[in-house]
Amino acid sequence: MIQNKERFLANVASRLSRTEVLTERPSRNWNYRPQDKTLTDKTQDELVDILRDQCRLIHTELIETDSSGLPEVLAETVAAYGGGPLAIWQDHRYDAFGLREQLATWPNQGIDVHEWDPSIGHDNIGIVEQANIGITFSDITLAESGTVVLFSGEGKGRTVSLLPHKYIALVPKSTIVPRMTQAAQRISKQVQDGEAIASCINFITGPSNSADIEMNLVVGVHGPVKAAYIVIEDR
Amino acid sequence: MAMKIGNEKFKDNVNKQMEDTFMRGAVAGAQERLRTRRLDAAEELGNWEEWRSHGEEIRQHTLDHLDYYLQELSENLQKRGGHVFFAATAEEANDYVKGIVKEKRAKKILKAKSMVTEEIGLNGVLEQEGCDVIETDLGEYILQLDDHDPPSHIVTPALHKNKEQIKDVFTEKLDYKLTSKPEELALHAREKLRQEFLQADIGITGCNFAIAESGSVGLVTNEGNAGMVSDLPDTQICVMGMERIVPTFEEFEVLVGLLTRSAVGQKLTSYITALTGPRTAEEADGPSEFHLVIVDNGRSGILGTEFQSVLQCIRCAACINVCPVYRHIGGHSYNSIYPGPIGAVLTPLLGGYDDFKELPYASTLCAACTDACPVKIPLHQLLHRHRQVIVEREGRAPISEKMAMKAFGIGASSNPLYAAGSKMASSVMKPFTKDETISKGPGPLKAWTEIRDFPAPNKERFRDWFKQHEKESGKL
Repeated sequence: MIQNKERFLANVASRLSRTEVLTERPSRNWNYRPQDKTLTDKTQDELVDILRDQCRLIHTELIETDSSGLPEVLAETVAAYGGGPLAIWQDHRYDAFGLREQLATWPNQGIDVHEWDPSIGHDNIGIVEQANIGITFSDITLAESGTVVLFSGEGKGRTVSLLPHKYIALVPKSTIVPRMTQAAQRISKQVQDGEAIASCINFITGPSNSADIEMNLVVGVHGPVKAAYIVIEDR
Repeated sequence: MAMKIGNEKFKDNVNKQMEDTFMRGAVAGAQERLRTRRLDAAEELGNWEEWRSHGEEIRQHTLDHLDYYLQELSENLQKRGGHVFFAATAEEANDYVKGIVKEKRAKKILKAKSMVTEEIGLNGVLEQEGCDVIETDLGEYILQLDDHDPPSHIVTPALHKNKEQIKDVFTEKLDYKLTSKPEELALHAREKLRQEFLQADIGITGCNFAIAESGSVGLVTNEGNAGMVSDLPDTQICVMGMERIVPTFEEFEVLVGLLTRSAVGQKLTSYITALTGPRTAEEADGPSEFHLVIVDNGRSGILGTEFQSVLQCIRCAACINVCPVYRHIGGHSYNSIYPGPIGAVLTPLLGGYDDFKELPYASTLCAACTDACPVKIPLHQLLHRHRQVIVEREGRAPISEKMAMKAFGIGASSNPLYAAGSKMASSVMKPFTKDETISKGPGPLKAWTEIRDFPAPNKERFRDWFKQHEKESGKL
């Protein structure tokens, strides 16, 4: 439902010296486009270098591995973060990257794994809130800022990256792009193609933090207090 | 709390704030850090001037076509199942939110930092309805606990408080027993607020930029509190100032990058979220109901005027962080939730000259604000324009300026008076003069010489010197 639109917009239009509300899309002819020449000449390996440097600034551990080493690296990282309970997405990429066996092993070691289950609705939240570590894949990864971009969806609860005490992002190397520009272009193209974009798109850059007390940086306020990215060589 | 934060006179506020040495030290230190971080972030990015110019053209284009983009935004959000309410006034906005609260029988409302809800005084309205309204940004949470102490900065609202003061507030209000270490204080707030998040009926956020092409609302935080507020309660309400909108995700990206670099020197903050309507049928978290309240509240009165460029503002506070006047008088002196140069321009436009005519004079017109602005708002020129309007159109120049101008008018329009006055100046001021300067001036000079010296009038008048000079060069 939209309320009060006509009166409100008629006033705005008249302030802009128009007799009627503009209905034709204005053309955007920008004189400047600095984003087209920012980090656009980098190779995928150079982008990993940039991501690695940036992770140091945002208090985020960056670990590099390949598909075969991934289960072990993930198990080590989980152990270093104090083990379970774990919360993960319902996401075919855990299978594609050979993690299913590891996911099955953890419960035998006393580490609970909650896989997001759309059928139980809001009850997911209570379980995820009790998790020690949330683990998700990154849908797009921004090298410049050290950001993982997560699209919410049926098996991809938005709270998995936010409520647990620590957070691990699995970053296939192919998801790494130079900066937010490329992610924005991809999302904008989806919109123009008439596809429905995710109801929640999260750009997450390291653990949560605040400088509200005497400008001292405190890492870990409402969201995770620690974050790690595991970059996976996948091509 | 509305936009105006107190009833004291500007001068009284300034005098009181100037006594607060902790605040002045904190402000100076924070300005220094934030300013340096911004400059480093700009240098690292490269082509900063080109980015600023792009930011400026995006903001100008959007304002020039604001009716189109607001229409597009509202229709796209509706397609995704969201509700849109256009509010011409603060009252309309508050009534709409109140209506939702009543319908949901909501008791607990969680908020993420939002300047526009401060401006319209939403918290007070909801508290009167018997709701428990909880701010979740750490800075705002501290201020709210401290009996609603007003914010003094638009990005770090509790800047004027030190950690001991914060510890005292926590001890008194939250039964806190630990030290004044920021980590311990923040952890305590985390634990307290986590419980509140899980019990909240309604979440209210502001909006950094709405995205017209998709009907999305963009939120920028470091703490992750906006995510909590939008993910957990079943009903979400976003309140946005009507100018806070961009055409597409491409412009969103540019402005977010300018905002985070200019505000805190980060390439991006920890959490940037684009929300598009309520959760879908397949999803298990996120709100089932999503409302967007688009607020005018005086903004359209600025559109199409010589002050339109102030609506380009992206609320980064870069101008505040470089202002020499803010550095000395602090945020509370401005008596508005919008302090510093942007506040001195915006507050009188939204709140009128009756209450805020002094603010455009709280500036040295040094233009540091204009140079710092990531979207190139000519702030010092707008401040100067305010002064012209106050004097010419409103006929209410400050009394001291009026008296000085009147005295000068009388003195300068009469030949004998001017001659007598300029001859006497040197000897009249002699008792106050030491080493060619006046450091304790009388009457109207007092306010000036309290903080700096004033040059003594020259013993020889220009007219006398000129006559003598011509005589000596043989022209007479």
